[in-house]
Amino acid sequence: MTVAGHDRYDDAYLRAILREVRTIGMVGASANWNRPSYFAMKYLQDRGYRVVPINPAAAGGTILGEAVVPAIDTLPIRVDMIDIFRNSEAAGPIVDEAIAHGAKVVWMQLGVRNDAAAARAEAAGLRVVMNRCPKIEHARLVGTLEWHGVPSGVITSKKRKL
Amino acid sequence: MTSSYGFETLSIHAGAAPDPATGARALPIYQTTAYVFDDADHAAALFNLQTVGFIYSRLTNPTTAALEARLAALEGGRGCTVTSSGHAAQVMALFPLMSPGMEVVAATRLYGGSIQQMKNTYPKFGWAAKFVDGNQVENFKRAVTDKTRAFFIESLCNPGGVVMDIEAIARVAESAGVPLIVDNTLATPWLCKPIGYGATLVVHSTTKFLSGTGTSMGGAIVDSGKFDWSRGAKFPSLAGPEPAYHGLNFNETFGDMAFTFHSHAVGLRDLGPSQAPFNAWITMLGMETLGLRMERHCANAARIAAFLEKHPAVAWVNYAGLPSSKYHALAKRYMPKGAGSVFTFGVRGGYETGVKVVDNVELFSHLANLGDAKSLIIHPASTTHRQLADDAQVAAGAGPDVLRLSIGIETVEDLIADLDQALTKAAA
Ligand SMILES: Cc1ncc(COP(=O)(O)O)c(C=O)c1O
Repeated sequence: MTVAGHDRYDDAYLRAILREVRTIGMVGASANWNRPSYFAMKYLQDRGYRVVPINPAAAGGTILGEAVVPAIDTLPIRVDMIDIFRNSEAAGPIVDEAIAHGAKVVWMQLGVRNDAAAARAEAAGLRVVMNRCPKIEHARLVGTLEWHGVPSGVITSKKRKL
Repeated sequence: MTSSYGFETLSIHAGAAPDPATGARALPIYQTTAYVFDDADHAAALFNLQTVGFIYSRLTNPTTAALEARLAALEGGRGCTVTSSGHAAQVMALFPLMSPGMEVVAATRLYGGSIQQMKNTYPKFGWAAKFVDGNQVENFKRAVTDKTRAFFIESLCNPGGVVMDIEAIARVAESAGVPLIVDNTLATPWLCKPIGYGATLVVHSTTKFLSGTGTSMGGAIVDSGKFDWSRGAKFPSLAGPEPAYHGLNFNETFGDMAFTFHSHAVGLRDLGPSQAPFNAWITMLGMETLGLRMERHCANAARIAAFLEKHPAVAWVNYAGLPSSKYHALAKRYMPKGAGSVFTFGVRGGYETGVKVVDNVELFSHLANLGDAKSLIIHPASTTHRQLADDAQVAAGAGPDVLRLSIGIETVEDLIADLDQALTKAAA
């Protein structure tokens, strides 16, 4: 499935990804509690996702109870999604590793965008999200982001759910 | 956000989906101070801001949060923080931007209470306010120093009749690398959305038109989410390690939500001017009819301003909706649906006549508020501005002959008849 332009994503597209994905490999996960990746990992774990941290500098240790692996090809399980906390250029080869790994989704964090890599992933049948945070999108779609004064853009007369 | 719904739909639905726990269709009033934690780990994650949720109502509350989401949606902002009053919102807007020695450049045409706050109270925080005539945009440029951290204006200025060139002032702010704060109280987002013209922060006294019936104090800060707080190293509270949060960098962690997260997690936490859930609930109710009410407020005001302009007891009328106003073009550009309902006029005969008019009205209420469904009148020289010297009163637009009106949504013929009889008696 391809997304034209990748400047905006339909809520239905993001919802489907966040519903189907159960396991996530997080490239660039930090062991430092006040880094954005740590926040995202903690939030996703609390929402029932299994997140495996990938970080060569922290390999051998654990983050939030999960053993850190050095690279995608050393992941102990096949993950549904690769979430990239690296810069846009570094995201290129990581996307190729995600394709080789057999991930179904590649997600690049806020500020991270690599259109060429996204095109390769989509050609290989993966779904791609760029320049977004899965924590923020999840909280937005379930409505809890509004608890902190941030409107979700979702208008509904039904009870909110993912 | 991305929602393509119209203003009236958002003013009824934004922030208020059915209650997830009970299905209650109306917004519940969560009259609680605190919220139970699932376990110690959940508590830690909440205190570290790693998960969304509630800790204590000084920081966040589900009812006030609904108002925040609605107001942000209506203003086209990224996030919103509501406060106990409009004045608290002004302090809360500047708090993350300022530190001792820093300056805010403000237009002289502001609500008198705001001038008072900036001139006499900010210095106690070590903040300085520099006032400039906002009609000449270059004045803002001239006032900028390396200590400037924000510009502050009102879109439609209290006591009415004056409109600022928001887009031009926003451009000066942009080139100075500081955010433009716009008080949008008198216009409301139904008439004007300052973020669309380059404002970074929009502040409100929700006490006024947003709640709409003169019942509930409240304020708000809406953040556009568009200002890069890391620019120029001027805003260390937002884009440096924040000591009030163990060195957390809000800009890095929360991106375009940094301001809104900071204003809850640090501003409301440490300064404490949170809005009561009941007041937020009343304000939410008011906002459901904001468009309808503003339409009538503006239509009534336009009729009354035209009536007064021809009245023999009236010397002048300062309403930006009148073709005779020098702000008419700016009003047409920034608030094409109407020039609001707060304005001033002058009576022939000065102070004595002014006092007699307020004594003789029967429908208009003589009080110090605006933006009520009820029509209001005040004679500033004998009330809000009576401590000022004569020349200072005139400079503030509160000379002895000035009356300020806030036109309500009653039957317009009744309002005209009331003013007519009061003016006639006063002039006799
Ligand atoms: C334009 C404007 N801003 C701010 C305020 C202060 O708001 P509050 O009275 O809610 O503190 C007022 C109140 O009159 C006002 O008219």
